[in-house]
Amino acid sequence: MAFDLAITNWLAGTGRFALAVLTGFGDFWSFAAAATVRSVPALGRRRDLRRLLPQFHVVGASSVPVILVTGVFVGMVLAVQSVEQFQAVGLANRMGVIVSLSVVRELAPVLAGVMLAGRVGGALTAELGTMNVTEQLDALRAMGSDPIRVLVVPRLLACVLLTPLLTLYCDVMGVFGGWLISVPVFGVPNWPYWQYTRLALQSWDIGCGLFKSVFFGATIGLLACYKGFTCRQGAEGVGRACTEAFVSGFVAILVLDFFISLFLKGLYEAIWGFKIIF
Amino acid sequence: MSTVTDCIVEFRGVEKRFGRLEVLRGVDLRLERGRTTVIIGESGTGKSVLLKTMMGLLRPDRGAVFIDGQRIDTMSERQLVAVRRRFGYLFQMGALFDSMTAGQNVAFPLHEHTDLTDAEIERLVAEKLALVGLDGIQDKAPAQLSGGQRKRVALARAIAMNPDIILYDEPTTGLDPIRSDTINDLIIKLKRELSVTSVVVTHDMTSAFKVADRILMLHQGRFIADGDPASFRQSTDPRVRQFVSGDASLGAGADRVEEASHDRPQP
Repeated sequence: MAFDLAITNWLAGTGRFALAVLTGFGDFWSFAAAATVRSVPALGRRRDLRRLLPQFHVVGASSVPVILVTGVFVGMVLAVQSVEQFQAVGLANRMGVIVSLSVVRELAPVLAGVMLAGRVGGALTAELGTMNVTEQLDALRAMGSDPIRVLVVPRLLACVLLTPLLTLYCDVMGVFGGWLISVPVFGVPNWPYWQYTRLALQSWDIGCGLFKSVFFGATIGLLACYKGFTCRQGAEGVGRACTEAFVSGFVAILVLDFFISLFLKGLYEAIWGFKIIF
Repeated sequence: MSTVTDCIVEFRGVEKRFGRLEVLRGVDLRLERGRTTVIIGESGTGKSVLLKTMMGLLRPDRGAVFIDGQRIDTMSERQLVAVRRRFGYLFQMGALFDSMTAGQNVAFPLHEHTDLTDAEIERLVAEKLALVGLDGIQDKAPAQLSGGQRKRVALARAIAMNPDIILYDEPTTGLDPIRSDTINDLIIKLKRELSVTSVVVTHDMTSAFKVADRILMLHQGRFIADGDPASFRQSTDPRVRQFVSGDASLGAGADRVEEASHDRPQP
């Protein structure tokens, strides 16, 4: 009898959990769809564009220093870890190839995305969450305005449009960081370093990184805004929403990175065949 | 019940629940145009839920809500925009946008819903702020204002679009008696100067007696008393007498409603 009860309770608990997860998933996607549908016409309306500029500052301009620092150190650490190994097998001239490709294809988009998920995602969730708990979202609706159009669309557009640009900054700084360690510090010859890099690094590689970063930007913007809009009451609710926004953003970036890379690799090989970088 | 001549708001059998908690249990209500109706009741009896249902911010589970004979609880969010523009809503804590100045807060609905020039909007903002006695504070941030000033700026924002109906959610809560009385005077002034219909939700009886043409008492999701201020002072109903005199022994546990209504899923 007690065993039956335990089984029933376990089943009921599992059912409730599954229902909550599925409901949350469905809510997120309807929120994402509503935000996406409203984003396209917003690009053509002056009233909406006026809201976009302050978000460009928050998401873009304010993130530049942290992105530059991230980029240069990623490039430097990559060079430090590999330059002696390359010198040992006599391939030091090709250091630029491995550093640049790693940075441009993977490290810059992912790390820029993660930095933005922490810096921008956290700030957006905290801002919208506070607006939610202080009834500012209800105030917007009460005035006949759509909170998704007024609040989510400019933040989402800023994330989608500026994450690729910030990734590009990260690319440049990463390549520079790799050069800084390889050439002036470890004495790799300058001319072959850039020559091999130029031969190996194609627009496709840069494009792949930027293509991914568009999705990372959308993920950061949507998750941060959704968590802010649905956070529970009080300071604890806002704090928890910020943590959830960062963690889910981080995980989503890594998962998306894997699948988008797989897709792009398949696409490249279908068009041009296998690419040998050395 | 008072005689209804020109009904602007009507509730028919409205029920609303959050999870297992019944907040409104078959509310019937008719509000007359141009009058000030005060809804009193303990904290958490569903007064704010009633206001939010009135302008479609919350949808009832059962029953119907009519504004000027037009049923609004079945409307889409898009259709509701036109209905909501007829309302001004003063939120309990003001709900001013922190990222904007006082002037930008008042200008917000004008920028959103009109094609007025910046100069015209600036003039209207000054006019509305003057009406609440705060002209000249346009450039201050909400954080720089006192609690009373924030409520008055929120009121200026609520009347920016010249609404037909103003909903006041606990307008005097958290204010000292003098600031509270300033708000009461404003409610009376706006009714007189703008000929608006006002609905005030409060548990401040001084405020209720001062501004009301009619008082309703909400208790456990239903109206249990309805009349003019004088009839409330003389009421023999023990629940009304306890509330009016501020007797602490009345109904514990009602706060649960407030908690549940805050936990509602967002749209």
